[in-house]
Amino acid sequence: MGFTEMPTNQYVETGFWNFDALFVPQQHPARDLQDTFYVSDPPTAGKPTKVSPDDKQDYDQYFENVKEVHQNGKYGSIGYRYPWSADESLRLVLRTHTTSVSTAMLHKLAGQKTADGRVPPARYFSIDRVFRNETVDATHLCEFHQVEGVIADYGLTLGGLMEFMDMFFGAMGVTDLRYKPAYNPYTEPSMEIFSYHKGLNKLIEIGNSGIFRPEMLESMGLPKDMVVFGFGLSLERPTMIKYGISNIRELLGHQVDLNFVQRNPAVRLDKS
Amino acid sequence: MPTIVVDKYRLFEALGEQFTEETFQQLCFDFGIELDKDTEDDASRPKDQAPELHIEIPANRYDMLCFEGIAIHLNIFRGKLATPNWRLADIPEDKMQTLTITKETEQVRPYAAGAILRNIKFTQASYDSFIALQDKLHQNLARQRTLVAIGTHDLDTIQGPFTYEAVPPKDINFVPLNQTQQINGEDLMSFYENDRHLGRYLHILRDKPVYPVILDANRTICSLPPIINSERSKITLETKNVFIDMTATDQTKLDIVCNIMVAMFSQYCAEPFTIEPVKVISEHNGTTRVTPSLATRTMEVEVDYLNGVCGLNESPASIAKLLSKMAYTAEPSQDPKLIKVTVPPTRADVLHPCDVMEDVAIAYGFNSLPRSSPNRSVTIGKALPINKLSDIVRNECAMAGWIEVMPLILCSHEENFEWLNRVDDGKTAVKLANPRTVEYQVARTSLLPGLLKTLSENKAMRLPLQIVENADVVLKDESLERRARNERRWGAAHYGKTSGFEVVHGLLDRVMTMLRFNFVDEEGQDDGYFIKEIDEPTFFKGRAAAIYVRLDGKLQRVGELGVLHPTVLEKFDLRYPVSTLEINLEVFL
Repeated sequence: MGFTEMPTNQYVETGFWNFDALFVPQQHPARDLQDTFYVSDPPTAGKPTKVSPDDKQDYDQYFENVKEVHQNGKYGSIGYRYPWSADESLRLVLRTHTTSVSTAMLHKLAGQKTADGRVPPARYFSIDRVFRNETVDATHLCEFHQVEGVIADYGLTLGGLMEFMDMFFGAMGVTDLRYKPAYNPYTEPSMEIFSYHKGLNKLIEIGNSGIFRPEMLESMGLPKDMVVFGFGLSLERPTMIKYGISNIRELLGHQVDLNFVQRNPAVRLDKS
Repeated sequence: MPTIVVDKYRLFEALGEQFTEETFQQLCFDFGIELDKDTEDDASRPKDQAPELHIEIPANRYDMLCFEGIAIHLNIFRGKLATPNWRLADIPEDKMQTLTITKETEQVRPYAAGAILRNIKFTQASYDSFIALQDKLHQNLARQRTLVAIGTHDLDTIQGPFTYEAVPPKDINFVPLNQTQQINGEDLMSFYENDRHLGRYLHILRDKPVYPVILDANRTICSLPPIINSERSKITLETKNVFIDMTATDQTKLDIVCNIMVAMFSQYCAEPFTIEPVKVISEHNGTTRVTPSLATRTMEVEVDYLNGVCGLNESPASIAKLLSKMAYTAEPSQDPKLIKVTVPPTRADVLHPCDVMEDVAIAYGFNSLPRSSPNRSVTIGKALPINKLSDIVRNECAMAGWIEVMPLILCSHEENFEWLNRVDDGKTAVKLANPRTVEYQVARTSLLPGLLKTLSENKAMRLPLQIVENADVVLKDESLERRARNERRWGAAHYGKTSGFEVVHGLLDRVMTMLRFNFVDEEGQDDGYFIKEIDEPTFFKGRAAAIYVRLDGKLQRVGELGVLHPTVLEKFDLRYPVSTLEINLEVFL
């Protein structure tokens, strides 16, 4: 489908890339100690900087834009209007989502121009580990995998996002999707994706999607008329539902039964 | 997401419709809230208690954190109610009740606001809801009272003008809410230390030289925010006039809380939706103002933008109608390309035209929006090189009969260091500040702990066990912005009645062959790999080797293999010998 795999091999993130750049305010509950793993050693991060010589972005400007859009509002937004702290954004965390990497990718994309002077359309994906400071139980682990995708293009509509999600889940044999309005600090509109589960006899949430907020994209320098879809789902949850696994520790971690690995049939999602 | 519990029959009465579970579920789904639970058929519900609905509210809809907010917005959405015109009572400024803030409050909690609900008539249900909303706002928007705290008082028991001051704890004497004895400010901490509810707010004031207090004209303490109100001014079902004080460390959140509190409960006033303002005087910084603001905000939004992203082609008039279902007042602008949208004071979640756009889509119905193709431009897909390489190694191992495992990245410090007879040099491992258990103290710097824990959990399996993992470890790196980087490793462990060293070595040779690396002579110049004996405490003496790679003439150690030391086996509770290998795969990119 034309998706480039993102370099998600970076578990340690800064508050800036994991939260601030995504327009998640510094008082947001997701940034609480109960939800996010903070790093004590190394004690603090550096300010955002270029990683490769071909990177043409101005990172200092970006840092300022993010501060401005949170603190005073910018790009047609009134912002959250609170004193934004640079120190808070330079705290190190274990990433709570791979969207931190999507953000860095989109920021890089904003620095590219095609022959016609426009930022080129792009599609990105990743499947990788994320970390949450959860109380561990049968359905929660402190680590799980997130499947994530990004589509950046011109002239996209919400109906296009739903059409894409229908195709994406349809390829895995999941059909009859319903879309529910939801809240997410970095996407607007935000849509939770539900599918009717015959075994459980109810609608179950299978993923999240939305259009990234202008506060996030325009801070990077992406053009106003570029629409960026984002979608994400956990890898473990739908797998548990599909294979009738009741405990996530049977699927991920050292407690997995090796008999289960050996005897589980090959995955054929297109064969019901 | 906050969950609000409401009386089912009362809500359906307020909505003027008897829903079935399915139709109510659908209404919630379309609007973007979630019916979590209906206790109608719950056998454990006492017979004399009305069934409850547990409704999940999106975290930014502070205006729906109570029964009243849910009822109002669902009625507006269903076209049964026009958005209320919340307004301030028409009182000249010199007749207004006043709240004067003193400079000393800057040391502890600098902002305050006030409002009066005049001639209100509570029922048990609305009274309970009033208390519950304060609690929800305290928990959510106010971040456990750190940002904003709300106090409510029976205005007829106290007397304005009011002052908001900060005074040394020893000068504070009052009877706190639900107490009979007067306490002194210096005893506040010890008095509430073990209070399950209030104890968790004490840290906000602890060790402050002064505590904030709201005082009336007779110097009677009305409240000591953000901890507790006074017993004297407490509101009851019979209270007619309510004085609300709000104090804060964040001005924006204070304004939001102030608007929400009065908007939700002014409907029970003799003159509904009319709020008596309070003049807040801050002579020390010249910011005297009238609260609540109840200010609406008008935005001019491009019609093409709203239509474009939603994939619609609606006229400004029709968009205005859709927006009225989401509590906005909208009208076509003089410029036909724009629509004038007025945001009510309760919709603090609306920051940008994109929020209005989403509401157009919700009002229209997400699932009714026209579909279009997401494939507008062609892009070329590409795999991440390190993952492609890992897949080659993964497949070769599987073909050689090894089982892939997937342990966790986080582990205890002991598992990562001491149990492997390794020393923490302080320069390698990333450590976590706030793990709940010792299992998650560090990000692993080696694949060995996970492999050994997996073996330990699977001791009942038929031997030998041969497991592999291709995954990342995390290493500190001061030269990088994030001060750490991942490194892709390939690890393998053999568990059986013999040491299995030669089996692991065989796997190494196989994978190296597949990666086009020859076994070469250590002394030679050819590119390739070789092994060389090492003496490291992780391994059994004389049974361990480092793996070296020479690439473009450059020699580097990429990992090691060996028979684990018996003390390591003991720590991981393994009964038979284990041979392992672990190498850095990034060298082979």
